Amino acid sequence: MTSREQVSRVLQQHGAVMVLGVLVVFGSLAFDSFATPGNAASVVVSSSFLAIIAIGMTFVIISGGIDLSVGSLFVLGGVLAAYGSRYGTLAALLLPLAVCAAVGLAQGLIIARTGMAPFIVTLAGLLGVRGLMLAVSDEGATTYLVEDRAFAALGQGELFGLSHPVYVTAALALAAMVLLQRTGFGQNVYAIGGNEQAAALMGVPVARTKVYVYVMSALLAGLAGALNAARLSSGVTILGIGLELDAIAAVVIGGTLLTGGAGGITGTIAGVLLLGVIQSLINQVGTLTSAFQQVVSGAFLALVVVAQRLLSKAQRLS
Amino acid sequence: MAELTVRAAAPKPRVYAWVQDYGVYAAVLALLLFNVLFTPHFLDVANFRTQLVQVTPIVIVSLGMALVIGTQGIDLSVGSVMALSAALVVLYLGYGWVPALAVALAGGALAGLAGGALVAYIGVQPIVATLALLVGVRGLANVLVPQLVEFRSPGLIALGSSSVAGIPVIVLVAAALTVVMVFLVRRTTFGRQVVAIGGNRPASELSGLPVKRVLLIVYVISGLLAALAGVLATARLQASDPTSLGQFIELSAITAVVVGGTPLTGGRIRVVSTVMGALLMQLLAATLIKHNLPQSWTQMVQAVIILAAVYATRERR
Repeated sequence: MTSREQVSRVLQQHGAVMVLGVLVVFGSLAFDSFATPGNAASVVVSSSFLAIIAIGMTFVIISGGIDLSVGSLFVLGGVLAAYGSRYGTLAALLLPLAVCAAVGLAQGLIIARTGMAPFIVTLAGLLGVRGLMLAVSDEGATTYLVEDRAFAALGQGELFGLSHPVYVTAALALAAMVLLQRTGFGQNVYAIGGNEQAAALMGVPVARTKVYVYVMSALLAGLAGALNAARLSSGVTILGIGLELDAIAAVVIGGTLLTGGAGGITGTIAGVLLLGVIQSLINQVGTLTSAFQQVVSGAFLALVVVAQRLLSKAQRLS
Repeated sequence: MAELTVRAAAPKPRVYAWVQDYGVYAAVLALLLFNVLFTPHFLDVANFRTQLVQVTPIVIVSLGMALVIGTQGIDLSVGSVMALSAALVVLYLGYGWVPALAVALAGGALAGLAGGALVAYIGVQPIVATLALLVGVRGLANVLVPQLVEFRSPGLIALGSSSVAGIPVIVLVAAALTVVMVFLVRRTTFGRQVVAIGGNRPASELSGLPVKRVLLIVYVISGLLAALAGVLATARLQASDPTSLGQFIELSAITAVVVGGTPLTGGRIRVVSTVMGALLMQLLAATLIKHNLPQSWTQMVQAVIILAAVYATRERR
């Protein structure tokens, strides 16, 4: 391996973490109110829900697929959790997880068994799941309130100045890292994304692995929605629109290739935090609008994918 | 039937082949028949006009999307490009509506150029390249025009609301564009190159086709059409609304294309079927609403239709 190849490989895999570090240092020097515990906590807390969804998306994208249904599953998860909370803490958690897992199972089975494009199947999921959410909330007119204290505490309680969802996210990220890097299942996900035919010939259970991946993504989106409902004390019906695109952007910024077969959880978490830090920096400037923030995010995403493309070209040439 | 295929068609059962080619027409006819029989006032001219005018932006955007999908690409930026053109047209309305229209179209072409350059010359995946544009261009449109602006340009308002022989001008524009696109895909060298590149890019490169240039032009066309759809929608609304105009139209356009039977794997472009796909989804939504089924049902039925259409028209191994 030449040194140039090594450099481009390291940049590809850890570029997001490095840029995150640079931005944090820059923010701390440029703005007095940036590097405060309060601001750091607010970035981390507001990023945690997207992070949970992006973890699932990472698995899907590494396997060579895509999941557009997560935004709708997020809002469905929240509505079902709030509805279920009248029957106790367990119902508030299990109802959204069970329904979302069923949706993920259906999508995974269709993708794995019929060979239909994940983009289309989960696009149908995006529409259908939002329809389902409207159906259980009287066309969005009913906002169920969380009626279980213990469940609400799951979203609102704090430990060392950070709310509980942050710890849930951290635990899930660790578990996902182990699953992806240290288990046969993780190896299978990489193998399928790298070369599906070759993986099948090597005896990788392609269909089963794909189904697991989509179930996991749906479960995580539902869980993020449920936690968010606990935090807001209600199942708000207008959330999650376009969230799938944020999650995909975070995964891509984190260095996971959309062509599948490469990437990781660390990068994804860095990608989510990067989006959060950019937003926070723009808030610090104060005079800039959220529209301007969109311009910066879009330009940043374009920059990242161009850099990734050039890096992977450099790796192949050397 | 505007379709072209570069793959040697494998022999397939006749029923499947028929559904693949004519399924969307049959579905539109069946739905029309159902409405004529069971929906009161369905045949009213006003109702027809409303439906057609509503679906026009989706049809125009889908024409470009069909071309992009034919190259194995996808264009998520179309809704944001509509917003950008809505912002530009209202900003330059002071110079007259024709120059303003030109600026808006130029803006759309430029956005398409950016996406096309990323895809063709740098090799970024179409979904990410156009996702970056979706985010960035919507932001730009909002920076240019932060809130809804009403305008009083008689020319632009006339474009949105006048009719020729009882048919709204914007519907005529969409129909004309459909004819042009059919011609482009079936009868021109460019059309054949697009289909060839989508069917087999390495082979197209080896046989000396200008692959990168063709890809670039495809995204520019998509940007131009989206910008035109943005101007027409703005003209009809008599207000520029960059915050919400065109949101999620990329999903409707992709749906129209795939329901029309154009595979996401490229190499095949069905223009008229794409328009039928857009009409089918519009008619379906209208039918469900007319029969008092709620929004939730509409979305769930649409999901099922998408799955069924793609299942019926998928490539068999």
